[in-house]
Order: sequence, then structure tokens, then C-alpha cells
Amino acid sequence: MKKEPIRIQLPASKEQFRSLRAGDEVLLTGTLVTSRDMGHKLMVERHPEFLKPLLKGTVIYHCGPIVMEKEDGWKIISAGPTTSSREEPFQADVIAHYGIGGVIGKGGMGEKTSKAMVEHGAVYFHATGGAGALLAKRIIKVKDVHMLEEFGVPEAFWVLEVQDFPAVVTMDSIGGSLHRQILADSAARRQELLDL
Amino acid sequence: MSQFREWGVELIKKAATDLPADVESALKRSRDSEVPGSTAQNVLDNILTNIALARAESTPLCQDTGLVNFFVTAPSGTDFEALKGDLIAATREATKRGYLRPNVVQALTGKNTGDNVGENLPYFLFEVGQGPEIIVNVMLKGGGSENVGAQYRLPDARINAGRDLQGVERAMIDAVFNAQGFGCAPGVLGVCIGGDRAGSFMGAKKQLLRPIDDVNPDPELAAFEARLVEQCNKLGVGPMGFGGKNSVLAAKVGLLHRHTACFYVSLTYMCWANRRAKLIVADGKATLV
Repeated sequence: MKKEPIRIQLPASKEQFRSLRAGDEVLLTGTLVTSRDMGHKLMVERHPEFLKPLLKGTVIYHCGPIVMEKEDGWKIISAGPTTSSREEPFQADVIAHYGIGGVIGKGGMGEKTSKAMVEHGAVYFHATGGAGALLAKRIIKVKDVHMLEEFGVPEAFWVLEVQDFPAVVTMDSIGGSLHRQILADSAARRQELLDL
Repeated sequence: MSQFREWGVELIKKAATDLPADVESALKRSRDSEVPGSTAQNVLDNILTNIALARAESTPLCQDTGLVNFFVTAPSGTDFEALKGDLIAATREATKRGYLRPNVVQALTGKNTGDNVGENLPYFLFEVGQGPEIIVNVMLKGGGSENVGAQYRLPDARINAGRDLQGVERAMIDAVFNAQGFGCAPGVLGVCIGGDRAGSFMGAKKQLLRPIDDVNPDPELAAFEARLVEQCNKLGVGPMGFGGKNSVLAAKVGLLHRHTACFYVSLTYMCWANRRAKLIVADGKATLV
């Protein structure tokens, strides 16, 4: 039987993020911020202060959306997750400095991030890669955007209000990782299939 | 706006928003084969809902609309320069209308050109065809899947692979293992055996223009394609790397002659969002497939 997803209101408390376990399905509601390669580089190299109140207790979404400017403001057209592993060199520092409760992305992250998640009580939310149209429907408002001129549309920090944004916890704050488990299982099968 | 430019915009729009029926059917079969209620099946349900939604609302099904690849076949005497100009203009217009995300950046500075046009982009491959019609195939190829492509030089002792089909199979198993969920599995494998390094990758990419359900005219390769899917799926990587029975939707394999000293196997990995569309222009009339 399918379990009911856990509803989380963002920003959330450390205890809430800490209570999540790999395998939990969640629906996120509230404010989050997108960032990818250029944003993470900036956050680690320059620790911009303006992001602190925006990020505290919420999550960073690894996403470069398609956005259109309409008469009544920005509209998100398509917004699925991008590959998170590119932020592996930066994520631990970002978690520590900005006090985020997690990141949303695809593909999972490595051991350095996993360690930071244990230390600071954060989790990894996996969204369905490629489901840009579906996930854009759960973004109900563009609240603000930062570094749009400097970074361009996909790389800018988009401050978004989401409602019932679906994801699966695949890395938790006690060191559990679905990705590590799948990697180990498939590595064993690879050995067999290659007759090694 | 010239007629070809407008057709080009429609072609890109179709590719970005309307996943081909053969791909959707393959995803449905995958969905039905996963354990009911499993994360793998839920992910495939999300994917299928997303496909229907994108089609109904004419919105890009994935925000990574990739790099734009045009494969053009036209009769000799066609004004290829003009055609290229129109398709570049179509790419700009499709970006402006929100069917494409601006993805093209300067190689070193990372500065976005804002319109998906740049050095060597959109990508063009022109071929002179025998028939009177002009055929434009477009393929939108996302960055995540492109990142997990691979090229092997056989023999390769690390993966126990010799210069035969078994060796090719082992190279592809290794590549699909390395890809895990990063290429947005279950993906389609475009595979080329032979060629030089550059030609081999191009041969692999061209295999991705084949519909999922077509059968390789070479019976040996047809059997090999089926086996490749079966073997790769034994890895258990599963949809988006969540574990499951479906790591690969299909494999398409082609051969190119090679230098006797060289044996390359190239993989161009296409995510489940296998976005392609075809424009056929005959007697001044355009058909989109």
C-alpha cells in the first residue's frame, strides 16, 4: 500500500527536517529559492548576506526554469530539477552557512554533502527529472528574482512560492542514502554481468 | 516571417511539448511492469502525467530543452544557406516564445547568448537526398543525458571487453551503470560500433532519430538491441535511479566501417524525454510528424 505523503510547510524547523527519512514521500508548500552552478559558486566564494533571510529554514531547488515575463509579472513555464552532483563541491558549505533544511534536485549527492546533512540536520529531496510541466504547476507565484542580469534566466536565484510540490526524501540527516544503496546494488550486478 | 521560419518554430514547439507516441507507449509499458506502489512506478506515473499535461497546454515537458539539433535532408540545388538562416531564426523565435530555455553559453565565460544561437549552434547536419522533398528532423538534447554519454576503445581489460558484440555489450552495461539516474533513466541508448572518434559519436546520435518501436533491418543487430535492453535492465538502476526494472527503454545500434587498428563503441544517451519531431515539405506543403 502507498503511504500518504508527509506535508511540510516552508520554512520549517530543524526538528522537522531531522524527522524525515530516506524513502519518505513529501509535499512541500511555502517559499523556496532556486540556485544552480553560478549561484552555488557565488554563495561559497562570497557568502552574500542578502540570501540569509531568504534561505533560513527553507530549501534550495536545483533548477533552471523556463520563465516568461507577462503583464502581471514573471510566470514559470517549466521547472523540473537539474543534476545535483554538480553542486557537490559547494553544497556542504552552503548548508552550513545559510542554515537551509535541504535541497531539491535529481540524481542525489555525495558523501561530503551527506556528512553536512547529518551535522546540520538537512535532507535531500528528489524531484522527478524531466517533469518540468507538472512541477511548474505547483509553483504558484514568483515572489522575486536575484542576479538575473548577471547570471541569466536558468542560473538566477528565483524566489518561488510552491504548493504541494512532490518529492521523495532520498538522503536524510542520519546518513541514510537511497542513492548509495542503489549504487552498491547495481555495482554488484555489474560485476556479475561483466564476468569480473 | 518566411514560411520556413514559421514551420521551423512549429517543429521546435512540437518537439519540446509533444513527446512522440512511440516513446510514450514505451514509458507506459515500463510503468506497468514496475511493482505497484513502488517509487519506480510513482516516478513513471509522474512522468506520464507530465507528458499529457505538456501536450495539452503546449508547454515544454522538461525545462531543459537542450541543445537544438537539426538533421536536414534536401534535394541537390536547395538553397542550404537560406534554409539554415531560417532555422536559426526559428530557434531564436522559439526561444522568445518560451518553447526553448536559453541554454547556450560562451565556452569560457559562461555568458548566455539568450537565444540558443552560438558558435556551431544550433547544430546542423545537411545531407543531399534522392527525393524531391525537404525533411527536417529536430532533436532536443538535454545536458544531463549528454553528460552520461561515453566512448570506449576495445579491447578494454577493465570491463573484460573484447572486439566483438559481447565486448560492445559489456561496454554499454558499464556505461549504463555509470549513468545511474543522472541521465534521467529510463533512457534510450544510441550506439555506434566503429568509425573514427568523431564519426562514431555522430553515428550514435543519429541512431536516436529511429522510432523506439522500429526493428533494425540487420537481424543480428536487431537481436543484439533486444539483448542489450534486457542485460542493461538487470542492473536495477531503475527510473531516475530509484531502483527498479526499467533502466533503459530501448537500444538502437548502428555500424560504421573503421580503421583496422581502431575499435570504438560510442554511446549517446537520450533521457526518457526523447524529444524529436520531423517536418516534411513537399510541393510547398508542410507536414509535421
